[in-house]
Amino acid sequence: MVKNFTLRALALMFISSFIILSASTIKIGAIVAATGPASFLGDPELKTLQHYVKKINDAGGVNGQMIELIHYDTGASPKKAVTFTKRLINQDKVVAIIGPSTSGETMAILKFVKKAKIPLISMAGAVAIIDPVKPYVFKIVATDRMACEKVMADLKKRNLTNLALISGSGGFGKSMRKQCKAVAPKFGIKIVADETYGKKDSDMTSQLLKIKNNKDVQVVLNPGFGQGPAIVTKNYAQLKIKHPLYQSHGVASKKYIEIAGKSSEGVRVVAPPVVVADKLDDSVANKKVALAYKNEYEKTFNSQVSSFGGHAYDSLYIIVNAIKRAGSTNPMKIRDEIEKTQGFEGVDGVVNLSPTDHLGLDTKTGMIMLEIRNGDWTIVK
Amino acid sequence: MLKKYNINAQIIFLTVVLMIIPFFFENDFYYEIAILSMLNALIVIGLNLLMGYAGQVSLGHGAFAGLGAYISVVLSTTYGLNPLLSIFISVTIMALLSFLISKPILKLKGHYLAMATLGIGIIISIVLEVEEEFTGGSDGMSVDSFVVFGYEFSDSTAWYVLCAVLLVFTIWAFENLINSPFGRLLRSIHDSEKAANSVGIDVSYYKSIVFVISVVIATIAGSLYAFFSGFISPQEASFSHSIELVVMVVLGGLGRVYGALFGAVILTVLPQLLTSFEDYETLVFGCIIIAVMIFMPKGIASLFDNILKKKEQNSASS
Amino acid sequence: MIELFGYLLSGVTVGFIYTLVGLGFTVIYNSSGIINFSQGEFVMAGGMSTVFLIYAGLPLGVSFVLAIMITSMIGILLYKLISFSRDSSQISLIILTLGFAIFLRGLAQIIFDKQLHTMPSFVGEGAFEIFETTISYQAVLIIIVASTIVVSLYLFFQKTKTGQAMVAASNNVDAAKLMGINIKKILMLNFAISAVIASIGGILLTPITSTNYEVGIMLGLKGFCAAIIGGLGTPFGAVAGGLVLGILESLVAGYVSSEYKDAVAFVVLLAILFFMPGGIFGNLKSQRV
Repeated sequence: MVKNFTLRALALMFISSFIILSASTIKIGAIVAATGPASFLGDPELKTLQHYVKKINDAGGVNGQMIELIHYDTGASPKKAVTFTKRLINQDKVVAIIGPSTSGETMAILKFVKKAKIPLISMAGAVAIIDPVKPYVFKIVATDRMACEKVMADLKKRNLTNLALISGSGGFGKSMRKQCKAVAPKFGIKIVADETYGKKDSDMTSQLLKIKNNKDVQVVLNPGFGQGPAIVTKNYAQLKIKHPLYQSHGVASKKYIEIAGKSSEGVRVVAPPVVVADKLDDSVANKKVALAYKNEYEKTFNSQVSSFGGHAYDSLYIIVNAIKRAGSTNPMKIRDEIEKTQGFEGVDGVVNLSPTDHLGLDTKTGMIMLEIRNGDWTIVK
Repeated sequence: MLKKYNINAQIIFLTVVLMIIPFFFENDFYYEIAILSMLNALIVIGLNLLMGYAGQVSLGHGAFAGLGAYISVVLSTTYGLNPLLSIFISVTIMALLSFLISKPILKLKGHYLAMATLGIGIIISIVLEVEEEFTGGSDGMSVDSFVVFGYEFSDSTAWYVLCAVLLVFTIWAFENLINSPFGRLLRSIHDSEKAANSVGIDVSYYKSIVFVISVVIATIAGSLYAFFSGFISPQEASFSHSIELVVMVVLGGLGRVYGALFGAVILTVLPQLLTSFEDYETLVFGCIIIAVMIFMPKGIASLFDNILKKKEQNSASS
Repeated sequence: MIELFGYLLSGVTVGFIYTLVGLGFTVIYNSSGIINFSQGEFVMAGGMSTVFLIYAGLPLGVSFVLAIMITSMIGILLYKLISFSRDSSQISLIILTLGFAIFLRGLAQIIFDKQLHTMPSFVGEGAFEIFETTISYQAVLIIIVASTIVVSLYLFFQKTKTGQAMVAASNNVDAAKLMGINIKKILMLNFAISAVIASIGGILLTPITSTNYEVGIMLGLKGFCAAIIGGLGTPFGAVAGGLVLGILESLVAGYVSSEYKDAVAFVVLLAILFFMPGGIFGNLKSQRV
């Protein structure tokens, strides 16, 4: 039984390495957290990559060559991310890497892409990835700092100064909580309460009661993703807390409205524009791309578009365009061309990269503020 | 069974194999997998001593390895201590800690012991995740390079040699330990604690010693992994890592040094082979574990027993 | 004071959720001495199957019944696998159930998907207001159903012939065999009952927490702590364990630190194992090793 399996596994290894050797393709690597605690990021990212790579190949590929997407699932583990990075670089010999999905994984692999001189476009949020600028590392995702700034600016506009935080204890919630605490003073906002909850908690009434009974609180922000924010929203409504509630871009998907139900009425959510691509002003430069992506994603996968799949779209096309311009698959040349990207209209916004800016996303348009009314998004002006 | 073969011959054979293997490595990725396998094997050999010889289950060894690694990393990277000294201090701390907790824990039996180690493991991983100031929280932290007496371990070959030497030494030490009076004592404890107690053996003392040994090895291997990969995150200490280690022990074969080696190598290589299954990866992995437990509960190493037995039968009949 | 009341109420809600998961552990452990590490995945299977049966257009009631049947088949499948195993040492059975948990997660990921899902609460979205705090209708339903299950389990094991046979079988396998009790059937029935309880838990939980293919991991661990704290002995133990756990967690989150809340379960678990190895009721049967 097991002998059989080992044989089969070996055979499989040989066959797969043979396939890789035999085809002359442009190999682009992807490291995504398609399963595990960050699958809400990795799942739409991987689907997007696979779909658009197929689309590019159906249209004749790049410079006459087909793209081969070699992707590995890390389950959000930095350890696996490191191993798969080495596999992509040494074994698969990819020309560029997209991912990983989370900040921890990205930080873990930075030194290996630097050593191998392979361009990397990360899909994670942390500012530390591109600040300070590292020659081979790019990221076109709006940082959680941008999301915090957007929220703070909105609070300032509404004259709300005393903010309570209730954050998820996963990497996403923690990182955003840290950023929000850092930027709040700039907007004259005080953090008067700071609660957290576990990733898989089923009731947040205790934490919310504490906030409710805190007389200083004027407004509540909930950085987090997945089921947590939906439960917070439901408990919030049950406890009849009157303060406005803000949610992060982690839940910027119709799924959140579906799960939180009626309780989500009036909740404000900071989100990348793609979520409401159809409602954007025609003056928004990347509306066309965002809307096309949203429609295509929702049609193909029969599920609502979220904040995250768009990162994969942008990363892929920035690399593909760079390969086209370079007319070569030399990683160094691709890196140089990625850095020269100007006026790229992506799902997340317009991207202008330079040797001193490896994020290149306009901070003003990277995030917008939405409010849930009648079970649907409306843009807060 | 082991006594029939000279331990030294085995060690020489292993050394030769470890020396030949790199000639088949096409690139750095092979080294990565080999080094990972060996570091896992180290932890698993220690865990195997605890589980297979002393009969004590631990569902928290990933957490011990992770905590030990974190102590080394914080000492060396945050406080600038020499890496070797950091590992030494970490080993000392972890040895003391494990000795302290071994007393109440090892009084428990069977499932209760498994649960207690599971509980301690999860508490450790929560602490590592919450204490961001020291550990970098769930995003982890980067680790300074491993410099010993002015030599920086930077390329894979150096790490391969280091791990191989450590592995050979550990296996040699364990083989001797197991065939020593101490090893026989352990087995008698495993067979019947009551009997061992009644002939005046201080059972709890010996169990504690084995527990400490296994934690120390986990600390060393965990720390080396952190230095090797240049990064550490609380994931190292997670429940799933602990489970992975136990599966390696059982898959390889309880109570066999080489079983531990097989288990570690197979479970390190297997996920790399399974990537081609894509979405079916988890499913296939689960099926493999179930199948091994049903058809070969004594682990992969038991396959070799059968082969040996058949050979003996053949030679006897001819 | 009102704060304290709120924390207690929240703790009770969560406690009964843990109870529902913990009950399944108790049933299997009592009959077979096996700790089933895929219990959390049974809960997931119940919730996910219901959601997808509803998506498929089946009426609520039919979906419930079907989902419960599916999950009980999964329970029986696990029993069959265990009985196939050539070795019944604790370690290999622990690994076997862990492997089964991974298998179920992998299966759910393929048959269903990796998204979060929810279903409408069948008693309405509202909540009762008590003083200044609230408890949702769904939470009240969970409390009622969990209590009913506990009482019925007790009655079943104490008052019915089959139930008594099951207890007898677990207490003394050889004697039970001599009395002509079919041990295999009884064990299989236990696994099925455990899976049924888990699936009911999964169905009741989904409107509150929503569900996905991984929801079973943490639920399983917490339910498992609840079962042990209660002593693994009786269904009432699971209730006590669940409540102690839920309330302590809620108090720690309220008064100490919500970051360390998840550690509470395991600290209590260790305290119980070290100081009260028979659970808070101290009624644990002599250790089955």
